[in-house]
Amino acid sequence: MTEGSLLKVSGLRTEFATYRGALVAVDGVSLALRRGETLALVGESGCGKSVTALSVMRLVRRPGRITAGKVMFEGQDLLRRTRREMQRLRGSRIAMVFQDPLSTLNPAFTLETQISESLRVHRVARGREARERSVELLAAMGIPSPSERLHSYPHELSGGMRQRVMIAIAVSCSPDLLIADEPTTALDVTLQVQIMDLLAEIKRTRGLSIILITHDLGIVSQFSDRAAVMYAGRIVEQASVSELLGRPLHPYTEGLVGCIPRLGRPDVPITPIEGTVPDLVRPPVGCRFAPRCPRATDRCVASEPPDYRLESDRIVRCYLHEKSSLASSGEETG
Amino acid sequence: MTQTLLDDQLIGTTAATAPGLLRLLARNRAALVAAAVIAAFLLMAAVAPMLASHDPNQQRSESIRVPPVWQAGGSPRFPLGTDALGRDLLSRIVYGARVSITLGVIVVLLTMIVGTGLGLLAGYFGGWFDAFVSRIVDVLLAFPFLIFALAIMAATGPSLTALVLALAFKGWVDFYRVVRGDVLAARGAAYVTAARGLGASTAHIIFREILPNVVPPIIVVATLRMATIIIAEASLSFLGIGVPPSIPAWGTMVSDGRADIATAWWIATLPGLAILLLVLSVNLFGEGLRDALDPRMSL
Repeated sequence: MTEGSLLKVSGLRTEFATYRGALVAVDGVSLALRRGETLALVGESGCGKSVTALSVMRLVRRPGRITAGKVMFEGQDLLRRTRREMQRLRGSRIAMVFQDPLSTLNPAFTLETQISESLRVHRVARGREARERSVELLAAMGIPSPSERLHSYPHELSGGMRQRVMIAIAVSCSPDLLIADEPTTALDVTLQVQIMDLLAEIKRTRGLSIILITHDLGIVSQFSDRAAVMYAGRIVEQASVSELLGRPLHPYTEGLVGCIPRLGRPDVPITPIEGTVPDLVRPPVGCRFAPRCPRATDRCVASEPPDYRLESDRIVRCYLHEKSSLASSGEETG
Repeated sequence: MTQTLLDDQLIGTTAATAPGLLRLLARNRAALVAAAVIAAFLLMAAVAPMLASHDPNQQRSESIRVPPVWQAGGSPRFPLGTDALGRDLLSRIVYGARVSITLGVIVVLLTMIVGTGLGLLAGYFGGWFDAFVSRIVDVLLAFPFLIFALAIMAATGPSLTALVLALAFKGWVDFYRVVRGDVLAARGAAYVTAARGLGASTAHIIFREILPNVVPPIIVVATLRMATIIIAEASLSFLGIGVPPSIPAWGTMVSDGRADIATAWWIATLPGLAILLLVLSVNLFGEGLRDALDPRMSL
């Protein structure tokens, strides 16, 4: 079933030591990403999306620590790789694009230095060749007059251009997996679409697989194949994008979809999700969403529902869907 | 809003790494004059043998305490007069520049390397190493410089090596503190995580990503430290525990002329003026540099 998986995360748990105790930012997250697929990781701020991404790349820094789980990348557990092996993998096989392109580019260097650096570190190209490759990359990212741009410093570029440069650096060594952590959040709306179009094009031409972290369901619906909804460190629902947005099952997903304003339909009210996210140092005993859930029962508060696997690879963590679970009806898919 | 603010600040920093630094510096009249004075001193030290009309150590019993040429009794043979032993003041001041500048440069380079290195490591890795070095720094800051200098010079006898050690003993602390603080801030910067995400090694991150961003403050500290070191060297020489007596040094000369200050003012005053002029210039230049490198000041 996971034959075509490029990345398979299972039971990932990442904790941060705080004065009040361990904050479990990512708690038992399991995901699978097929080759050539875009998986969106959706959820509100602080739900653990970014930490999940950083954990996959093993970039979590003190006081954070990955305490359990497996990150299988092409059949090998990244959590068992040595530091040196991880270093070689980062940038060359798995690359990352971050939210704020101004602060992720080093202010002290020109674009040429920064792009060719990555090529040089991974021994892809050096010297003149690296320069030529950099120009090609910038051109491929839709940056006008790329050879002149190479001598620019990051502050001399607009926000959209910087993000194009970051993407150029990320794909410079032809990685298999690109993790884009809110790549368009710092940009204005017109640029968001341009950057997302660029990512989609790169994915097509270079055969990349993408994990797209976002809280923008509009972007999810247009640019991804499947989506996983995260809440308070757990994945609450995983499904194909059309199913997830068309027929959300988990009350939290429903809530998120209900928050999308409809253009030209002022009669459809925006329904906010009441309450706030739980404290992750002392999470609720039952379902993490129960305190905010309009349909929570006593059972939801008392014990946490497991993952229910439904038809067509859909997974939902909610008692409401216990009945339709494939496992409980005996149709184990294995 | 924030974006523009950030942009403006960055324009300041980066202009500083480019030829723009000279342009910014040129806007500061005082720093420009200071730079010229420093250049003159450097030139003077470099060509000292050509500039000095006499051997700086040659004593002449027949012409002691000759006043400068513009005063009654002055002689064109000794343009700035002679001291109590009949040594030519001009030659001694010219040679004295060599000692002050050479010692200053050596000590500043030494302390810069030590302080920057420790600062990078402590700032980046933190933990016990940071705690250890930072406690040493606290102790050093509470330790009187003169007492240490006295102790080391008394123990080893006056020599240039001992003097360099005495001057460098505490000097690295300033570099350490500035670098550590800036590295601490840079360590969490997104570009560091991004570099790590692209497969950069720790050494690469420290030296290629972070270090270039802390160079401007290092340059400023180095300049200002230079002034302090020159003063400290002169003070030690004045006390007789600095530069060995066989080498002409400004501090020693001020000390030599101290007894005659009422009758032969030039012997102590002229080398004192040299110290004042050089230190003042270095300080003004350092401040100009700081303003040019600090975006908030330059815009």
